[in-house]
Amino acid sequence: MSAIRLTAPLTDKDIEGLRAGDRVLITGVIYTARDSAHKRLIELLDKGEDLPFDIKGQIIYYVGPTPAKPGEVIGSAGPTTSGRMDAYTPRLLDIGLKGIVGKGQRSPEVIDSLQNNKAVYMAAVGGAAALIKRSIKKAEIIAYEDLGPEAIRRLEVEDFPAIVVNDSVGADLFREGVEKYRRVK
Amino acid sequence: MRNISVDTIIKEVRTLCMTAATTLGADVKDALKDALKKEESPLGKDVLAQLIENYEIAEAEDAPMCQDTGISIFFVDIGREVILDGLLSDAINEGVRQGYEDGFLRKSVCHPLTRKNTGDNTPAIIHINIVEGDKLKIRFAPKGAGSENMSALRMLKPAEGLEGIKSVVIDAVSAGGGNPCPPIVVGVGIGGNFERSAILAKESLLRPLNEKNPDEELAKLEEELCDELNALGIGPMGFGGMITALAVHVNITHCHIASLPVAVNIQCHADRHKEVEI
Repeated sequence: MSAIRLTAPLTDKDIEGLRAGDRVLITGVIYTARDSAHKRLIELLDKGEDLPFDIKGQIIYYVGPTPAKPGEVIGSAGPTTSGRMDAYTPRLLDIGLKGIVGKGQRSPEVIDSLQNNKAVYMAAVGGAAALIKRSIKKAEIIAYEDLGPEAIRRLEVEDFPAIVVNDSVGADLFREGVEKYRRVK
Repeated sequence: MRNISVDTIIKEVRTLCMTAATTLGADVKDALKDALKKEESPLGKDVLAQLIENYEIAEAEDAPMCQDTGISIFFVDIGREVILDGLLSDAINEGVRQGYEDGFLRKSVCHPLTRKNTGDNTPAIIHINIVEGDKLKIRFAPKGAGSENMSALRMLKPAEGLEGIKSVVIDAVSAGGGNPCPPIVVGVGIGGNFERSAILAKESLLRPLNEKNPDEELAKLEEELCDELNALGIGPMGFGGMITALAVHVNITHCHIASLPVAVNIQCHADRHKEVEI
């Protein structure tokens, strides 16, 4: 199966063209954030302050990479479990976040919010961290350096591989895929 | 009696940490290749092919196969004739400290409440057994949280029996879905008490995938459970498919007449385990 090429940040038109189960290759700028960074982003929103980056149209990648070796852009960088960010995600989608890359299933609230905000949740292959690293061409910490692996990084990626899990019309690859192969009487 | 220096232990633990993160054992590589042959789902095949490519890159480039280089778990068998010139747990923690720093591994250990990272991946989780002889055997597994978080422990009523035990395993794997990075290895500890069942489940994961359970009945139970888990259809990364579990390992021990503890410890496909004998 061939892959759809996506340029990040994303537009509504990009989102409309994506369906659960599609393979995509992302090129452009994406941002990393996981548990602690999300907590801080939401605290900023609660205080009515600006986020450390303009979130409109952006993709957030849930990752905490290993330290880069000398001469490397970034260490191994596979996705972390997305469900831990469920409590924070609808708030970010409401203010313009368009794409998320992680692994594992999302809550019904997140799936609804993706649909309401015309956004998409994608999965990268968990544990394929050395392979994924190759598609990351530049990495720069832009916020929360004290969080170490959990700091927010701006990544420039080229042909970053992912699969659409939850699209903007409510389809869910996990539900549909598992139903297809379930052999329990 | 035999003297072993803690410096030797530090050096060996450092090496274990560094090599386990980058080099998958032949047993797991074979299991992933076998899974690729059996998988029918196109996306599932894609995932498995990526995982095989990934472990090849990791090994060739000396890079961690997964960015979650885990919390460090040790099972140590120490011969009763061994004399150490320092504290075993201090030596292991120092080895972890050096291995995670020198290997450019992610430090993933934090305070449970403040969430402040300790910065050196310690403290390790260490299980010590005193055995016959004058050797020191260290088995190491770096355990990622994606799979660990999908684990379960239930205190069943004895009347629930084998069917109850199977349900605990199947429910844990179903609930986990794609979260623990399937294809998974499932460790099951049956009996003992609350904490013993969990340790049994964890220790069962250290058995190589190509090694059959020496107990015929348990070997049969492992196969049945593995087939039932694969029938769930969760598939590689939860995208749907034939292969959800690479193996199920079961360890048992005796328990109280009123108890039937069952622990399920889930291991992702990056099933890293290494051992050394000093």
